[in-house]
Amino acid sequence: MKRHVRKWSRRKETLFIGLCIVSLAVPLCLLFAMLIDVALDGISRIDWQFLTSYPSRRASSAGILPGLVGSAFLIVLTAVISLPMGVGAAIYLEEYGERGRLANLIEVNIANLAGVPSVIYGLLGLEIFVRFAGLDRSLLAGALTLSLLVLPVVIMATREALRVVPKTLREAALALGATRWQMVWRVVLPMAVPGIMTGAILSISRALGETAPLVVIGALTYVSFLPQDPMSAFTALPIQIFNWVSRPQAAFLENAAAAILVLLVVLLLANVVAIVIRNRYQKRIG
Amino acid sequence: MLKNPENSPRFVVTQLNAWFSAHHVLRSVDMLIRDREVTAIIGPSGCGKSTFIRCLNRMHELVPGAKVAGSIQLDGEDIYQSDVDPVLLRRHVGMVFQKPNPFPTMTIRENVLSGLRLTGRLDRSTANSVVESALRRAALWDEVKDTLDKPGGSLSGGQQQRLCIARTLAVDPSVILMDEPCSALDPVATARIEDLLHTLKASYSIVIVTHSMQQASRVSDRTGFFLSGELIEFGDTDRIFTAPTDRRTEDYITGKFG
Repeated sequence: MKRHVRKWSRRKETLFIGLCIVSLAVPLCLLFAMLIDVALDGISRIDWQFLTSYPSRRASSAGILPGLVGSAFLIVLTAVISLPMGVGAAIYLEEYGERGRLANLIEVNIANLAGVPSVIYGLLGLEIFVRFAGLDRSLLAGALTLSLLVLPVVIMATREALRVVPKTLREAALALGATRWQMVWRVVLPMAVPGIMTGAILSISRALGETAPLVVIGALTYVSFLPQDPMSAFTALPIQIFNWVSRPQAAFLENAAAAILVLLVVLLLANVVAIVIRNRYQKRIG
Repeated sequence: MLKNPENSPRFVVTQLNAWFSAHHVLRSVDMLIRDREVTAIIGPSGCGKSTFIRCLNRMHELVPGAKVAGSIQLDGEDIYQSDVDPVLLRRHVGMVFQKPNPFPTMTIRENVLSGLRLTGRLDRSTANSVVESALRRAALWDEVKDTLDKPGGSLSGGQQQRLCIARTLAVDPSVILMDEPCSALDPVATARIEDLLHTLKASYSIVIVTHSMQQASRVSDRTGFFLSGELIEFGDTDRIFTAPTDRRTEDYITGKFG
């Protein structure tokens, strides 16, 4: 009897592990299939000329320079705007704000905001930044809109990271005569950096890939110049891809595939930077 | 009869009451804590002994819903007056916690200096001597003088606790509160901390919460016994352990409950 039970529970375990492997393998295979498909289509188009040329009516001489530079500007601006704001908001909510109904309401709202479709943020950005603030279709308007989009994620990740800093360390700092601010700045924040960076990686990846809000606020699709300052008009890689995909000619589809590869590489590079920062802090803590 | 009546009073606690929201944790506590002595606080779990010492450096009020009534005078000044900044008070009244809690992101050296650095009072020219003297006073210097740049978390539990004591001493307090400082340590490490208490009390007023009656009798000059938030008995340690006047104290120290 006993042996039988053990046999059955072992079978259940094998079954469970099998299911786990399948649910890991299916998305991975799909992802690889997609990557290989894109790579086969696009890899032959990627060369120096492609990276350094402006868009053109002829697919063979078209390039992604404005989109690449635009995306780079956007990411940096978005990070510069959203990280300090998001971390600041999280510090306030987590370390200073009173617990209570209002706090719960805010928390639920932030979680909901993270799930709002990005087009909605585009509409908001169009109304507030492009029209009301008079920023026009500038890089700055785009970065502000993307910042709105990623703020909830940054705030939630930062709060989570602050929350796991042990109470004993907070008390140690306060017992040494630190003010709340000194405690947060010198003890809590350094320990929360890895978690905050994880939030930053997620947000930056999301912002880098977003097309809809930028289309809504009116980023250009055909740009034959590079942005000079935050007030320049701009395009971004996803918009360039979107534009090329909608063309009927096969050659432009190849361009789109090549641009997707470039976008992926940029994304990976941005993540590598964040991961390096995160690991450096984690090592110091461990 | 008090053993060292000449030692001047530091803390004068009068009618101290404390609450966590509706929960009344300390009831009308009166106590006198003297300079250059070790005062031990004993009692079963949940009797309010930790809350009591956390009132002495105003850490109690950091818990949401916590309340305090009554008065605590430190050197003649009521520390609950509205013009007393609890942040400044805590620089005079240091605290060592139950679990060793060195800052994990800092080296040994940085941990010792952390109080000064946190509060923006670090003078680089004197930093080295502060580190050495604090570590010497905490009886840790000889063990770590060659590894000052290693993380504080790399030390053993007992060493970490002495590092926490050094960190507290570096801020130059005049009173040191210890909340069960040895409960996470092995007997050897505990003995080292107890030895340290004997040396430290020459310069500081020390209040130690302990769940171990043996420890209280070994290290302290006076002992207070708490039960259900009340200070049942307070007096010379020798007398409390040999001739307690209250039946409940006697039951506790003879191990009938607790």
